[in-house]
Amino acid sequence: MAKSFDLKALPGFTTIAVICFVALYLPIIILVAYAFNAATSTSEWGGFSLKWFVSAWNNAQVIDATIRSFQIAVLAATFATIAATMAALATTRTKSYRGLTFKYAFINQPLMVPEIVTAVALLIFFSRVKVFTGYAGLGYLIAAHTAFCIPFAYLPIRARLESMDLTLERAAADLYATPWKTFRRVTLPLLWPGVLAGFMLAFVISLDDVVITNFVKLGGQDTLPTYMLGQIRRGITPEINAISTAFLLLSILIVTLFFFASRKRD
Amino acid sequence: MASAQESARSAERQDIRNRWLLSTPALMIIFLAAIGPLLIVLVYSFLAPGPYGDVKWEFSTDGWVSVFLQRDIFDDTLSFADAHLAIFWRSVKLSLGTTLLTVVFGFPTAYFIATRPERTREVWLFLITIPFWTNLLIRTFAILQIIRNEGIINTLLIKAGIINAPIQILFTDVAIMIGMVYVYLPLMVLPLYASMEKLDFRLVEAGYDLYASRFAVLRRIIFPLVKPGLIAGSILVFIPSLGAYVTPSLLGGGKNMMLGNLIELQFGQGRNWPLGASISITLMAMVMIALLAYVRNAGSSEVRHG
Repeated sequence: MAKSFDLKALPGFTTIAVICFVALYLPIIILVAYAFNAATSTSEWGGFSLKWFVSAWNNAQVIDATIRSFQIAVLAATFATIAATMAALATTRTKSYRGLTFKYAFINQPLMVPEIVTAVALLIFFSRVKVFTGYAGLGYLIAAHTAFCIPFAYLPIRARLESMDLTLERAAADLYATPWKTFRRVTLPLLWPGVLAGFMLAFVISLDDVVITNFVKLGGQDTLPTYMLGQIRRGITPEINAISTAFLLLSILIVTLFFFASRKRD
Repeated sequence: MASAQESARSAERQDIRNRWLLSTPALMIIFLAAIGPLLIVLVYSFLAPGPYGDVKWEFSTDGWVSVFLQRDIFDDTLSFADAHLAIFWRSVKLSLGTTLLTVVFGFPTAYFIATRPERTREVWLFLITIPFWTNLLIRTFAILQIIRNEGIINTLLIKAGIINAPIQILFTDVAIMIGMVYVYLPLMVLPLYASMEKLDFRLVEAGYDLYASRFAVLRRIIFPLVKPGLIAGSILVFIPSLGAYVTPSLLGGGKNMMLGNLIELQFGQGRNWPLGASISITLMAMVMIALLAYVRNAGSSEVRHG
């Protein structure tokens, strides 16, 4: 009998795929490995050590920037999720109405404009606002982050809503539930996984942002990514590797959570 | 009867009014912190530069003129601004190259994932998703550490005696391209996978039954069927590449600028905000053209298959 013919095989494809997976992870693995390097130079191996993690932990600037990153991410993701949930409720499960396409375009706009353009636009705008109002707090960063997080929070929430039909809400209304009660007791519990996924997506997007933050931040408002960018430009120390490693772990943790939250519960 | 119709219509009107109210916060925030400021950029592109950055409030088209042209300081004649044109060309060239390379590597990878048994498929997909979620700055930094002169590639090559002096990769166009391919590869794989997952392998089987070669099956059956994913992936890679800022500024250095860095320069040391604003609008227009081409293409390919 002839060797069985593999319908799906294409020559060389598996090799390229394996190369891709290795190439995607090898740089990250090397980056993490150097975080545990005792030597000060990142080109030689000086034995295993945790000293760069300790030095990052004792670096007040790092801790300061980390706390600021979390403050901004939590607030921006919360505002963005609330606004996106409302917008998703307003733009799904309806007949097309005038202005619907306009709303889609508006909400997705931050995805379509290059970040650097939004960044300089906000730089111009906020510097005027600052002169006018004298306000110099974190509000600018939070507003900017909220705006570009909205489309990311909107996506999973809208997807979830579209998979829900209106029968349960109609049943609640038939039983004389007020619209608010229907929302609290029926819509929101069903929608919750989508809201959670939207929040996590927005949180990560805010936490990762470099470009817009770098232009909008005022003096002394470094977030962890902008602090790292500044350090990398100045020269590489293994401390950046240690910070990156911690950051990576956090991201992987959030992706894993997201993966399970956005999975359909059957 | 008429009143029932009337009340249905007023309920509908009420519904639409509520829907506008509900979307107000999102629309307001995006207007205030994204779209509105872009309009200011447009206004600024028609003003004169101030001496220490910022603008003077007088109408001027100098910002726009100097996007592509430069005025000779002695005889006031205009000639092409070669430095700017070189940066425009580099941005387009590197973005197209990045898109092409992500297709070359991403297509087989997506195909590989799509042809795994269903249980392991999720694991492979997860492995692609993780880099997609990790910080772009960290991934660029990872590449920077590998390709720099003291990096692992050069160190290994020197130790192996293949080269005597390190190969200069960092601060070249090649470095930018390596970085962008690395960073944006998941954006190609994910949409490609989405359309390959739906691939009907009975069509492939039919092709082989009719004595098609592997290559013919790939070109005539698989390729046309996954074209929507391919186009979506290309646009997802091309657009952020064109506006890239972090990757070229870390890997390209000061000499190998892309448009993002040129814009930054004008708002920073260049102190020519109107020029920076004009380049920003030009970049945005380029992105919009790419998007429109995509929308038209996606629309027409749907019609053909439908």
